[in-house]
Amino acid sequence: MQLIYEKSVPGRRGVRLPASDVPAAPELPAALRRQEPAALPEASELDVVRHFTGLSRRNYSVDTNFYPLGSCTMKYNAKALEEAAKLFAPYHPMVPLLPHGSSFSQGCLGLAYELGAALAEITGMDEVTTQPLAGAHGEMTGIMLIAAYHEAKGNKKKYVVVPDSSHGTNPASAAMVGYEIITVPTAPYGDMNLDKFREVMTDEVAAVMMTCPNTLGLFNPHIQEICDIAHDHDALMYYDGANLNAILGKVRPGDVGFDVIHLNLHKTFGTPHGGGGPGSGPVGVKKQLVPFLPSPRIVKYDDGCYGVDAPAHGSIGRTAGFFGNFGVMAKAFAYITMLGRDGLIQVSEQAVLNANYVMSKLKDVYDLPYDQTCMHECVFSAARQVKNEVHAIDIAKFLIDRGYHPPTVYFPLIVKEAIMIEPTETESKETLDAFIAVMREAAELAGTDPAAFAEMPRTMPVTRLDETKAAREQNVCYFGC
Amino acid sequence: MSTASYCPNTPEEVREMLAATGASSIDDLFRPIPPGLRARSFELPAGMSEFEMLHRFETLAGKNAQHLSHFVGGGYYDHLIPAVVDHLAGRAEFYTAYTPYQPECSQGTLQALFEYQTAICRLTGMEVSNASLYDGGTALAEAAMMALRITGRNRLVIDGAVNPFHREIVRTYLANLDVELVEIGPKLGMEDDLRLRATIDDATAAVLVQNPNFFGSVSDFRRLAADAHAAGALLVVSAYPVALGIVESPGAMGADIVVGDGQSLGNPLSFGGPSFGFIASRKEYIRNLPGRIIGETVDKNGQRGFVLTLQAREQHIKRHKATSNICSNQSLCALRGLIFLSSLGKQGLVELARLNYDKAEYAKKTLGNLGGVEVMNGGATFNEFTVCLPKIAEEVVTALLRKGVAAGVPLSPYYPEMERCMVVTVTEKRTKDEIDTLARHLEGILCS
Ligand SMILES: Cc1ncc(COP(=O)(O)O)c(C=O)c1O
Repeated sequence: MQLIYEKSVPGRRGVRLPASDVPAAPELPAALRRQEPAALPEASELDVVRHFTGLSRRNYSVDTNFYPLGSCTMKYNAKALEEAAKLFAPYHPMVPLLPHGSSFSQGCLGLAYELGAALAEITGMDEVTTQPLAGAHGEMTGIMLIAAYHEAKGNKKKYVVVPDSSHGTNPASAAMVGYEIITVPTAPYGDMNLDKFREVMTDEVAAVMMTCPNTLGLFNPHIQEICDIAHDHDALMYYDGANLNAILGKVRPGDVGFDVIHLNLHKTFGTPHGGGGPGSGPVGVKKQLVPFLPSPRIVKYDDGCYGVDAPAHGSIGRTAGFFGNFGVMAKAFAYITMLGRDGLIQVSEQAVLNANYVMSKLKDVYDLPYDQTCMHECVFSAARQVKNEVHAIDIAKFLIDRGYHPPTVYFPLIVKEAIMIEPTETESKETLDAFIAVMREAAELAGTDPAAFAEMPRTMPVTRLDETKAAREQNVCYFGC
Repeated sequence: MSTASYCPNTPEEVREMLAATGASSIDDLFRPIPPGLRARSFELPAGMSEFEMLHRFETLAGKNAQHLSHFVGGGYYDHLIPAVVDHLAGRAEFYTAYTPYQPECSQGTLQALFEYQTAICRLTGMEVSNASLYDGGTALAEAAMMALRITGRNRLVIDGAVNPFHREIVRTYLANLDVELVEIGPKLGMEDDLRLRATIDDATAAVLVQNPNFFGSVSDFRRLAADAHAAGALLVVSAYPVALGIVESPGAMGADIVVGDGQSLGNPLSFGGPSFGFIASRKEYIRNLPGRIIGETVDKNGQRGFVLTLQAREQHIKRHKATSNICSNQSLCALRGLIFLSSLGKQGLVELARLNYDKAEYAKKTLGNLGGVEVMNGGATFNEFTVCLPKIAEEVVTALLRKGVAAGVPLSPYYPEMERCMVVTVTEKRTKDEIDTLARHLEGILCS
């Protein structure tokens, strides 16, 4: 498909702007004035509509295809959530920051505050900031809070400990805050190696970042012990909440002993993923970390009104422009409001059932390196198929031709040829059965005709793409017309 | 099942599925969780239908002041959004997909983001752009870290006329790193870069400025760029994309890295988010860019296609050595930006900028003519300007809010010595009537 720039016709106009009702002002001085207008597309409204509608049809999405992308919780996003968020589109975030301005923003402040309160109850934490704009941003904020805590106590800390199964953002976020990373290997039973963990734990460790269930989809039965060991060294426990969908209403990280948690509202709380974002990554903390929370902080007064607190003395400061990705937060609050207590519990139950169902129906044809009851996702390996030169990526391309968005492949890094399947609770048994049948077909084809995979996918607008060429040539901006 | 959890399986199907897993009950599936770790509380209200939820949300939204006349900015601007933006970005094929890890079934998102990167390069006068960051402030912080990586130096100079929120974000990001951040206090009315130029030394990684700056002033940064480059430092410019319709591009003024907030391009105010941050640079720095980048390539048949490229910079491969921790970005907002720019087009953006400029010039003149009101900007401004009042600005703004006019952003919380000053923002949405009403109310308050 042509680029919108290639469809451009000089002089063609799209949207018409209102006429000016003020006199034209003298132009900007020459040194400041733009010499050449930016070469943006020149297209009619219909050109634009056809172009982007055409592009949209070149995507797989949750609304069009089963999308079991592990670690991403691609559940169905209820349409009412979109309507809920639109109600808040016209409100300016500066208004509550004006003197006495908060009384003009009670609806927005109230929503953000009550969302934080609900998330605190869901996670067992004392307070939540909604400011972080995605999961990784929440991680960085959380580690900054931990750094501020240690600094206030005069603790000399240097390291953050992560298991090797952790998501790449965990070590990357800790490194952004200036910590060195210690990686602990995974034991044969699928959890962090406890002996190795004990060995690396010293008083110089600032925090331990855990994902629970971890990225293998397994719940670590020793998690309490890990929290205790960390706390003995005055290291704080960080919970990566990307996998909270598995334990909603079942386990609260705060009860277990975690001190800081981030959530991915775009995963667990039903808000759409937007082709890569926007997300929202609220951070919950225990009491001892409350003084360090980012500013501005939304508070509720005794009279039931909401306000914006003056920055606290110890606050780490702003991590983002205003109060978070409010539109995403509104969707998450609408989701929690609609599902309520019982609905949220049902989410984790059905998510875990769906994952175990898929696991039990595929484990005779794919290797399952950690064969235990899983939580919300299961991780297979294509090791058996690799013997016939069929790799995880080939199975992924087979699935594309059959109308499925592939599972996450090659993550977690500790599983060779990983195929990470997260069905989510919103998928029906029929959908899962059809997917299972196709996955079994792929396994069979890997045995009978492995060469067939090389040409897949065949049904998409493009065949397999040359990634090496892209990296070498670095054409990231169109230089034509 | 009466709860709205969007779980489709019937009790009968649940029984069949449980049997297949070998578990005796749903509870049995949760047996890996030791009983002692079970939730001690889960006190949430009962659920409701979407109709009841929307009714409740309408009530909640109604608790915000309706129909305020906005002359406030602070980095977020009340702009028109053509209907096509909502309709096209509202296509579920875009908004219910995720990061385009599998390029063959994600060409829609990938091509759109490639076109977005192109639009950002063309607007800013840069050669390469990533596929978006979180927001304008975090983009500035990422640019600061990028400059530290590129130069291997550890000193940054930031203009005090950069949006105070963005400066605070930069401070927060750098707080735990071994970096010296020098903030140069602004001198209102003197859009003169001498103070900044004098601070650059050969330990300086970058100078960070904003154009137009927080007070609304538009500057020529060519001499600053030359001085920075002579000292081996980079020039980082935070730009306002709508202004780039008529204001010279940062690239043409010598910038090395350009960032900004894309909210003004088709993203609603939405109480401060989501919007998107953009970051673009000269090509030689591409490997130091944070976040996702889309690249052009070909498929097995030689047909053009697009992929995520240079992923070896990113956290999922490099872990703690990545250029940034960012994973999810703000793709859908960036897509909105692209649709916005495509539907306005080359000439439309110039006209939009011109409308903003003309309206603000009219407001500047009208307010400046009021007794005791002084316009503080020495030179040109874009759609914001700073006035000094004969009274405390916070008090004036409070009084005007009660009349339904958000008259401006008082400066004292950010610049304590400027307690009689406020920044007034005038976008294309403000009518002459609204501007005249603002002037009338302001005059009334100043005379009382
Ligand atoms: C386990 C885990 N942690 C953290 C993240 C980062 O979240 P985000 O992409 O919102 O920054 C992800 C998402 O990809 C994840 O799967």
